[in-house]
Amino acid sequence: MKTARWKKALGWIGLYALWIFLTLFTVLPIYWMFVVSSRSRVQLFDAPTLLIRSFYVQNYTGPLSDPVFQRYLWNSLYTAVGNALLVTILALFATYALSRWRLPGADNIFFWTITNRMAPPAAFLLPIFLLYTQVFKIGDWSLFDTQLGLILLYCVFNLPFAIWLMKGIMDGIPIELDEAASVDGAGQWTILWRVIVPLAAPGLAITFILSLIFAWNEYLFAATLTSVNARTITTGLAEFVTVTGTNWGQMAAVATISILPALVFLIFVQRYIVTGLTFGAVKE
Amino acid sequence: MRSNRLGWTLLTPSLVVLGIVGFLPFLFVVWVGFHDWNIFAATRGMIWTGANNYRRLVFDQEFLDALWRTLAYTVTVVVIELSLGFLLAQTLTRQFPGRAFFRTIYVLPLVVAPIAVGATWRLMVIPGFGPIPYFLERWFGIEYRIGTYASHAWATAVLMDVWHWTPFVTLTLLAGLTAIPKEPLEQAMVDGANRWQVFRHLTIPMMMPVILTVVFIRMMDALRVVDEVYMLTNGGPGTATTFIGLHIFRVVFPKTDYGYGSAMSLLVLYFTIVLCWLLFVALSNVGKQKA
Repeated sequence: MKTARWKKALGWIGLYALWIFLTLFTVLPIYWMFVVSSRSRVQLFDAPTLLIRSFYVQNYTGPLSDPVFQRYLWNSLYTAVGNALLVTILALFATYALSRWRLPGADNIFFWTITNRMAPPAAFLLPIFLLYTQVFKIGDWSLFDTQLGLILLYCVFNLPFAIWLMKGIMDGIPIELDEAASVDGAGQWTILWRVIVPLAAPGLAITFILSLIFAWNEYLFAATLTSVNARTITTGLAEFVTVTGTNWGQMAAVATISILPALVFLIFVQRYIVTGLTFGAVKE
Repeated sequence: MRSNRLGWTLLTPSLVVLGIVGFLPFLFVVWVGFHDWNIFAATRGMIWTGANNYRRLVFDQEFLDALWRTLAYTVTVVVIELSLGFLLAQTLTRQFPGRAFFRTIYVLPLVVAPIAVGATWRLMVIPGFGPIPYFLERWFGIEYRIGTYASHAWATAVLMDVWHWTPFVTLTLLAGLTAIPKEPLEQAMVDGANRWQVFRHLTIPMMMPVILTVVFIRMMDALRVVDEVYMLTNGGPGTATTFIGLHIFRVVFPKTDYGYGSAMSLLVLYFTIVLCWLLFVALSNVGKQKA
């Protein structure tokens, strides 16, 4: 009896040791980023220490009071929210169609949508650049360097992901519910809004938040397809790495600021995550 | 019963958007892949060369090395992330004090932008600046230099990816573990099976679809990694961490060898699709067996 209890206690100690170790591993890089953001250029080259002795606030106030940087932040927010909304709505419609109708070739269409996420981005930058500057333009206006351009472009990696995630959730909603509503005289639209959307809410929430995070974090496309007006915060971050030397303190401060909004959103929808992220792969 | 028309109508907006930002560029890349095109060359226009670019690729040692390196990297990170993620998910399903705290902490890396992940890790590991080389040398006498030793750079790139993406794997597996029915597991325990047997013969088979989905997503994304590694090591030292995405980027941008870069990306895309298709088929089969 006694040994069994000891074994159990040891098991728990082992588990907590594992969790605490992984917590440290997870937090350390983020914490170090915060530490770096608290130091001035001179202090950075002292012997490394994990303590924060003084806080060099200028790293934060500098960028935050800069109108250019404010615009970057606004652009990031605008593009990420716009893209996440668009992607969630498109994926809702698309997966409703894929899940409830037997469309010819549906499996292939589904797989094709995913292949869009697989392309190595570098070579696809030029065609998109040409498309945005030469094809989609009316007079002086073109999709290049606009938030709309980025919102559309981010669909290339977010929409496949969203469709995949939502497809599983849609398939998990019993079709009998649709039929019951249909018998009661509801049309397809009513069924979609009144039956499907409420049941798929956790999935929609997680689709929205993950799309938002991916869009907020995107760098390569944003760096290539914007010049002045639509630059986002991630490109701003990379701009700190300059030929004359990197301003690590400010860069770390900007990086810290840049993870805050996504973090807030994430904590906000935390409770949906575990129910929404199954990709419908587990059916009872 | 229902007309297919409404189904297509609902599907069309997605297909149109993906057609514009995905398929049109793809067609263009296919077209350019059959040409020699370098805007800084003597002839600035495109010159039709047929399959020449592809012939060149098969013997291009740099390209093959980068491809091989990427594959090794992908397999390594996926295996580590899956094992660690499963371990975490499995232990996090039970109730214990502090569970919500740990769950929240482990999600943190997911929200950090790849470019910021690269920057942060760089800040931690560059000599004379970051704490890791400093303390490793002071406490353990280990000389850790990612700019000098290829193996150190490689290991750091792997560790960084594990740090960044294990949370996603853990969350997905956790969602799967929460959703699978509990009765068979409890029944087996009552019948005298031990924990390992339950895990091996019940949990793993029931979780197979989720595991395959996670592997699919991670594989797809690890094969095209650019931002993080670009920030961390910029592909160095030498070519130790020049993964295929970065290699293509170098061919396309500084060298502006556009035709060749296009052919290269198509081959990589094809390769990725084949790998993923195999997984997709496996996934559908597992799904059908259950139904």
